[in-house]
Amino acid sequence: MAQNMFLRMHNVSKTFPGVKALKNIDLEVEYGEIHALIGENGAGKSTLIKILSGVYQPDEGAEIIIDGVVQKTITPLDSLKRGIAVIYQDFSLFPNLSVAENIAMVSRVEKRKKIVNWRETNQIARSALAKLGLKIPLSKTLSELSVAKQQLVAIARALVNDAKLIVMDEPTSALSRGEVESLFSIIRNLKEQGISILFISHKLDELFAISDRFSILRDGKYVGTFGEDELDDDRLISLMVGRKIEYKIFEKRTLVDPIFEVRNLSKAGNFKDISFTLHRGEILGITGLVGAGRSELAQAIFGLNPSDSGELILEGKRLQVNAPEQAVQHGISYIPENRLTEGLILKKTMSDNICLTVLKQISSRHGLIEKEAQNKLVEKWIEEMHIRPNIPNMIASKLSGGNQQRVVLSKWLATDPKVLIVDEPTNGIDIGAKADIHQLLRDLSEQGMSIIVISSELPEILAIGDRVLVMRRGKIAAILDGKNLTQEEIMKEAL
Amino acid sequence: MNKDIQKNTKQIGAPQKENRMRRLVKKVHLDTKELVLLQLLIGVFLLMSILSPGRFLSVYNLQSMAYQFPEFGIFALAMMVIVVTGGINLSITYSATLSSILGAVVLVALNNLGVQPLVTVVIGVLVIIISSIACGAVNGLIVAHIGITPMLATLGTMTLFEGIALNITKGGAISGFPDMFQWFGNSAILGIPVPLLIFVLVIIATYFILQRSSFGAKVYMIGCNPTATRFSGVNVKKVLFLLYIYSGILTGFAGIIMASRYNSAKESYGYTYLLQSVAAAVLGGTDISGGFGKVFGTVVSVLILQVISSGLNIFGVNRFITDVIMGMILIVVLTINFVNNRMEEKALLSKKVVTA
Repeated sequence: MAQNMFLRMHNVSKTFPGVKALKNIDLEVEYGEIHALIGENGAGKSTLIKILSGVYQPDEGAEIIIDGVVQKTITPLDSLKRGIAVIYQDFSLFPNLSVAENIAMVSRVEKRKKIVNWRETNQIARSALAKLGLKIPLSKTLSELSVAKQQLVAIARALVNDAKLIVMDEPTSALSRGEVESLFSIIRNLKEQGISILFISHKLDELFAISDRFSILRDGKYVGTFGEDELDDDRLISLMVGRKIEYKIFEKRTLVDPIFEVRNLSKAGNFKDISFTLHRGEILGITGLVGAGRSELAQAIFGLNPSDSGELILEGKRLQVNAPEQAVQHGISYIPENRLTEGLILKKTMSDNICLTVLKQISSRHGLIEKEAQNKLVEKWIEEMHIRPNIPNMIASKLSGGNQQRVVLSKWLATDPKVLIVDEPTNGIDIGAKADIHQLLRDLSEQGMSIIVISSELPEILAIGDRVLVMRRGKIAAILDGKNLTQEEIMKEAL
Repeated sequence: MNKDIQKNTKQIGAPQKENRMRRLVKKVHLDTKELVLLQLLIGVFLLMSILSPGRFLSVYNLQSMAYQFPEFGIFALAMMVIVVTGGINLSITYSATLSSILGAVVLVALNNLGVQPLVTVVIGVLVIIISSIACGAVNGLIVAHIGITPMLATLGTMTLFEGIALNITKGGAISGFPDMFQWFGNSAILGIPVPLLIFVLVIIATYFILQRSSFGAKVYMIGCNPTATRFSGVNVKKVLFLLYIYSGILTGFAGIIMASRYNSAKESYGYTYLLQSVAAAVLGGTDISGGFGKVFGTVVSVLILQVISSGLNIFGVNRFITDVIMGMILIVVLTINFVNNRMEEKALLSKKVVTA
């Protein structure tokens, strides 16, 4: 058995400041096997792949054996040399270079060639494409090719590098059905040549169509590896979702006083025909797979990504929202998913960050900031949100994830919004801090604020959502009552 | 655990002297970088005074310096406010000369028509200011609304302004202003040169707009992270647009002073100030990638550069050698700042490990 394994990862853990992303993961891939790696968003798949490709170093105690050789450490170059090729969603190709150059690039760099040898470049590219049974004009600029063809170029490049294991991260997400079929036949062809494939995807039907075995991750933990015959859709979903950290489940309310209405909102390529009503004091959960259009919808409501058609109605009045400052004026706030790049200005102080949304409040008539008003406001929010350390001049980047999120919440609560949209409010925050944020959102809703919580984490949605809106491929799949709702019911709508 | 506590207490018990020094610095709101700059200014001033006692400290030299550096200082501030946003304004000197040329055309025309000098000068100055606002608005439109990188946008407008100016002057200088116009560049009130007074006003205005107003707070935030600032409901385009207009107005002031001092207008006046302005802003602690920078630091840097160039001039050092020396000083100071930042970051990182 052990001899059949191209890759053995044992006891792999990875700790980031404040978060344990992976806990004792095992993963074994046989020669010539198509192996599916699955798990929800944030289960640790990408982290594991980054360890395999040498981008991250695992915590101590990990055992990694590639092709029979024990790897003490893996650098990106080691990973490549040992035959591991990762094809990321963006392919990491050079769009401005020709097909041939893209395919031959790695070998060119590796041989430290200073002068371009076109004959050799073309030869390398031609033989790689021949191995795949493909015909793509070598001299074409990459950006002129379709996404599907670009992906094949990325695979060809992996072959040039003598890849023995090709990792594909969501390879079918941008492909049409026909293109998926031809990709699969190429993958099967590679398998026959003894090349292993590690396949990451959310689309269960596709996974079942091609995979030999499945390894499942959940919350950074290893659930198990199963053969194709041991699983069906329902079993797979329940293994993926599992019994997770128990959040406090808040009692679900039925609220009747409508405050905010979205009518037939559409944006080409993002979402279509979205209609729902938010009630006063309600928490509406919005979930769905990554790419289902959740964040795009939220950003449309907030004016960052104005919709093509449809209406927003707040307290009976039709709103005109084409820019964030208009949304803020109407009393709509949006806390983005990406705290570090969109929510906070990391290099500036806690005080600067909290005040950014309410500069008018703390300024005199002439537009000068009144230091005293500023300090008072900041102190109030530090106190109210229990931000630690309670130093207003602390640079935001030095705060912990939970405290950073509290700063972002403060900055938006200071605007006293009527509708608060929070996108992945507990992403990358440790469990204790997550529970605090759930409690806070609940308290705010009880004070009459209407809240939309977007989250991929189903237990979170189940814990605080009075109702749950499930999106699938840009459309509303269902609006479910939060009472007695289960993860399985949501997953069925989302997939 | 115990070791950590020991380490922490050690840090708390830092030398008393340093603490007293820090408290003093805090009182006058200077950070370490600004203190270093101030010391540097005093240092070069003393050095020049000692090396050429009679001449550098002479009333004549000090006065001539006081007439020279205001235009440089105003350019430096016009540059600095844009660098704080993470951009750069390469068009400042040509925006100044184009505006003053347009003003000069009006001044000369009205003067020849025999209009009252006071009226002529007021109209001329207004034309210069309005032209400079227009130049700033063009930059603002291209950078903020169209979204072209500031360096490319202002490289374009720099050439554009120069071209328009040359078309008007045909390469020569325009002169023949009413004598009263010379007041801006060459006279003094209570012994204080008028250009210096204008510079002081510009310093105060820039300080309040950038460092004290809510508008300025937005400018710094945009410089750090325009995306997060937009996500915070700030109209980033509007802020940038207005700031480019402000930068333009400042070049208008510099244009007035230059036209008045030289008693003529020409497209190439002040073009050497362009790169010196970047140098002064950066030397003064403005982060070229945006988000940080203060009026005080920029002004002190302008003075430092002015003292050095005047001093070297008095020693009879060849101008080209002066350039070499200025370049070296800039590189040395920037290297020191860079190394300092690195060390601070490293210290922070190792601290984090201890507390974790």
